[in-house]
Amino acid sequence: MNTLQIAWRNFQQRSLASILTTLSLALGVALTVAVLSVYGIVKDAFERNASVGYNLVVGPKGSPLQLTLNSVYYLSQPIENLPYTQYMEFMTKEQRAEQVRRFGGPAELAEREGAYSAYIRGGFAIPLALGDFFGPFRVVGTTPDFFELLRYGPDVDQPFEIAEGRFFEEHSDQYGYFEAVVGSRVAQEMNVGVGDEFFPTHGDPTGHGHDLGFTIVGVMKPTGTPNDRVAIVNLEGFYLMGGHAKPIDEEDLSEEEKAALAEAETAEAEDGEAGGAAKFKPLMIRQREVTSILVRTGNPLFGPQIQNVVNEDIYAQAAAPVLEINKLMNLIVVPLLTALMVITVITCVVAAVGILVSIYNSMSDRRRDIAVMRALGARRDTVTTVILLESLLIAVIGGVSGWLLAHGAIWLAGGYIEAQTGIRPGLFSTSQYELVILPLVLALAALAGLLPAMVAYRTDVTKNLSA
Amino acid sequence: MNSGALLRIRDLKKTFAQPGGGRLTVLEVPQFELAAGEQAVLIGRSGGGKTTLLHLIAGLTSPDEGSIRVGDIELTGLSESGRDRYRAATLGYVFQTFNLLPGFSALENVRLGMSFASGRHDIQRARELLDRVGLAERADYRPSQLSVGQQQRVAIARALASRPRLLLADEPTANVDPASQQQVIDLIRETCRDEQVALLLVTHTMDVADQFDRVENLADINLAFKAAAGMTH
Repeated sequence: MNTLQIAWRNFQQRSLASILTTLSLALGVALTVAVLSVYGIVKDAFERNASVGYNLVVGPKGSPLQLTLNSVYYLSQPIENLPYTQYMEFMTKEQRAEQVRRFGGPAELAEREGAYSAYIRGGFAIPLALGDFFGPFRVVGTTPDFFELLRYGPDVDQPFEIAEGRFFEEHSDQYGYFEAVVGSRVAQEMNVGVGDEFFPTHGDPTGHGHDLGFTIVGVMKPTGTPNDRVAIVNLEGFYLMGGHAKPIDEEDLSEEEKAALAEAETAEAEDGEAGGAAKFKPLMIRQREVTSILVRTGNPLFGPQIQNVVNEDIYAQAAAPVLEINKLMNLIVVPLLTALMVITVITCVVAAVGILVSIYNSMSDRRRDIAVMRALGARRDTVTTVILLESLLIAVIGGVSGWLLAHGAIWLAGGYIEAQTGIRPGLFSTSQYELVILPLVLALAALAGLLPAMVAYRTDVTKNLSA
Repeated sequence: MNSGALLRIRDLKKTFAQPGGGRLTVLEVPQFELAAGEQAVLIGRSGGGKTTLLHLIAGLTSPDEGSIRVGDIELTGLSESGRDRYRAATLGYVFQTFNLLPGFSALENVRLGMSFASGRHDIQRARELLDRVGLAERADYRPSQLSVGQQQRVAIARALASRPRLLLADEPTANVDPASQQQVIDLIRETCRDEQVALLLVTHTMDVADQFDRVENLADINLAFKAAAGMTH
């Protein structure tokens, strides 16, 4: 029999005490792993999702953190809206002219380059319109560029993929501007799929429903990002829903704009009678607003420059999601982590003291066993090793059980965690923080085993053989 | 002097500190020998130093003076770890109170007897020994599930597990019921004979001693005992 087998037999011999000590250690480790794991998963996910292929978010003046939270994570409330013309500042002169031609707007918009267009040459700007809900999930109005240009994953190189159907188009013959693509969680929890129609509610999940509905044309594959939890709709359709058009004073309109507005209202009325959505005319530029704009500069070095330029604007601000999340982490989460680490150490120390007390209390009963082993030829360091191994066995069994218990609990609570954070942890999603726990427990268990091991080392053989 | 002696003791002296100061000499043995494969019994009154002598031969404690040689090994020149190796490889010990480990099965207790000798981890040997002591069917029993006589038989198997050259048996029948005492003695003697192991058995029972060709009375070989007896008279 080797020393490990002997230690295991000792563990079994004192099964009740061993199991209770192991259980107490397992519960301590489970508590610590659960807290640190959830913290780590959420932090990692926040940091990872802070970069989905864009380096800036542009939105109305206000809190840059709030802008980041609502545009990147779809959390918190949108600050306000920006005029659509702010979005057009990211376009070239030709693109702006095309916008004026398509939607109708002041002719002077088409006469110059967008103020920020030079910075994003080779990059992109994607508008987002937020504010509506599909059940508990946010509705995001955007353009097909969202699917074509954004990337996710550890290396930000994975395109969004469709599990069923297709991405929506700028305009389709079948559903006009009223197409939607839903994230995997939305499809699962709302029990919807391709061909289903839904009617967003305005303002919050319990708000009033819009009259116009979107037909789901695609369901995305899971991405592990907040995009799994949104219904993404065509921006043009989003604008056309009741209450989404910005009120305008007709006196400010040019003759061309007045004519375009009258034409759109007529088409809408006819379409309403026909019961279809195909003939809706997109809103005019003056009627349009965006909640935020996801921006990737052509050259990453332009990021700070464009941020400064945008922040000089009286309406808009630019936030760097990575920096905002880091600030949030440093302000709130790092002190929290420090507290958690202190609790971790205390928990592990208490567990180690439990091991010490358990084994030490048993030493008086096993001095005779140790003396017998010594009489059979076991060296002092052999019996010392047996005691240390017994302590480590408790630590390994307790530590691994605690780890499994914690991850089982996290997995079971995955739905709640996802609802709160947008991230669904897997059964074995580990964070870097919990990796320190098992080595720490083992080290402390070895330390706890030292005192009883010293007792074993010093056991008087002749005295205890005849005891 | 027997040149073929396995165990040779010369001018052995062992003292213990006394509570009131000073030291009490409990053993003073000028000479004692045991040949390889020889079986001898050592008798003496309780407290006469028999167990101390066995502990000295086992290397569990060190003498104040003198020499104990087992084969080519001079115990008094060995470090503690050297004495551990000597016990693991050369010596078998049967205790008065069996001293089986309660958490281990009979087979595991026997295997424990060979666990600390390098290169002797032979589970087949352990099973054969259990078979020889008539407990093959109870290999997986814990000591608490065995009778007192069966426990002592497991202890005998354990003592012989590592193929020792010398077996020390300290009052092996003292805690065994009368019906099993002769079985235990027979088992020890036969097994030692078969395995060519020298046996030094300590007892205070003359029924046991009378079965051996060589009977040594510790009172005769221990000068300390004689001195104490002289002072008494």
